[in-house]
Amino acid sequence: MARAAVSGRLTWRVAELAEATDITKSARGLVFDVPGWPGHLPGQHVDVRLTAEDGYSVQRSYSISSAPDGERFELSVQRVADGEVSPYLCDVLSPGDRIELRGPVGGWFVWRSADQAPVTLVAGGSGIAPLMAMIRTRAAEGSRVPFRLIYSVRTPEDVYYADELRRRAREDAGLDVHLVYTRQAPEGSPEPPKRLGLATLNTHGWPADFAPNVFVCGPTGFVETVSDIFVALGHDPRRVRTERFG
Amino acid sequence: MAFGAPLSSTDTMPIVSPGFTGRRQSPDVQLPPGQYLAEDFPVLTAGPTPRVTTDRWQFTINTEAGQRYDWSWQQLIELPAEKITTDIHCVTKWSKLGTRWKGVSLDVLLEDVETAADFALVQSYGGYTTNLPLEDLIDGQAWIAYRYDGDELTPEHGGPARLLVPHLYFWKSAKWVRGIQLLLEDEPGFWESAGYHDYGDPWREQRYQGD
Ligand SMILES: Cc1cc2nc3c(=O)[nH]c(=O)nc-3n(C[C@H](O)[C@H](O)[C@H](O)COP(=O)(O)OP(=O)(O)OC[C@H]3O[C@@H](n4cnc5c(N)ncnc54)[C@H](O)[C@@H]3O)c2cc1C
Repeated sequence: MARAAVSGRLTWRVAELAEATDITKSARGLVFDVPGWPGHLPGQHVDVRLTAEDGYSVQRSYSISSAPDGERFELSVQRVADGEVSPYLCDVLSPGDRIELRGPVGGWFVWRSADQAPVTLVAGGSGIAPLMAMIRTRAAEGSRVPFRLIYSVRTPEDVYYADELRRRAREDAGLDVHLVYTRQAPEGSPEPPKRLGLATLNTHGWPADFAPNVFVCGPTGFVETVSDIFVALGHDPRRVRTERFG
Repeated sequence: MAFGAPLSSTDTMPIVSPGFTGRRQSPDVQLPPGQYLAEDFPVLTAGPTPRVTTDRWQFTINTEAGQRYDWSWQQLIELPAEKITTDIHCVTKWSKLGTRWKGVSLDVLLEDVETAADFALVQSYGGYTTNLPLEDLIDGQAWIAYRYDGDELTPEHGGPARLLVPHLYFWKSAKWVRGIQLLLEDEPGFWESAGYHDYGDPWREQRYQGD
């Protein structure tokens, strides 16, 4: 798995959209079937290539959000207003349609289930995608590595996989989920909306003494702020892995 | 390495997406394959941004024979500097045109260095490394840059100083640069060990090992 010959990983492959569902009002979960797919490690991404009729083509990266599952995987795409690629993926691409992609790509922002260190995951918005792959892989493999997810969203409507996360927080032993709302908190919430800060990361992440693996993913500004705080809290910078979505 | 293309390979025949038109750039903008034009300046880093103050900053060149040459911050900024205006291309697909930098040419720093090396491993504060052939660092192709767009280089973008090698993908332009180890044999750096290309020419789209 994910050790396929380099030449195989980097070949452009045909991916057929098997299913598409709304994750939130502005994000779609796209499940692809890719013949010959070599498998992936949670945290890795693919490069997607779209080509217009006259041959013009563009590429973008998308993280895989599912656990390894044969030749099938899911991408979670946030619709970026005026975007060149994401609106096409979210609104036009339909089940049965085919696109090209290659991967899996990235060998650093990866959780390996053999690593027993506790894990702190911090997501901003669509940055949940590769972290979801880690949470799902942990469950699929029956891993007991303790996981804590801190997930920052604008409003309750922006939570990706809200039902699944709620269920997993109950059923996946050793998984804690903490949501932070930056614009609007759910009704009856004990806390007003606020930005993710030092206190939350300190309280809901693993302490530096436990030498956890920390994965931070989201928009650049978010990742900068959060990873700076982890360093200030005494975490070894080499254990704080980041993925910036642009 | 297997060179037989799998059945699903599409290298010969791209799939056309009906209804996809894309947002084309004006025909006089020439970008490397697979790149798009960014207006902002995205950041690519594998971890937190190291904070290095200039009073602790030092730049060192070590040769394969164990000889060592170093410069303090003050010594660096007293060296003759150049203004560079150049396009940059990040492996995560964005390109930025006409970026403006100021820095010291590697030709100046390497002038008195005696070496038989063909390769360089560039080292950064924070532990990152990247490898490239020594010949890509000389002849006016590479600088230690410490100003960007008229200002000091910010930590997110590699300050106080970064390598600038704009003819290769931008991860080769190591941020927070602290030195260069000259080597007789190529040795993969941090991103290269994680699957990125040893050379990284954007015009040949050498993103990943094997490209
Ligand atoms: C390694 C990696 C993994 C990624 N994984 C995912 C993923 O799992 N899900 C996902 O939705 N995206 C992901 N992205 C971002 C994705 O690659 C695209 O950048 C994004 O979909 C926007 O592309 P676009 O063509 O729609 O917009 P563009 O045409 O590129 O941009 C339109 C406008 O939106 C701005 N913009 C670009 N990206 C974003 C963004 N992410 N948020 C807000 N504004 C933006 C641009 O600056 C521009 O002004 C990932 C990026 C990287 C580098």
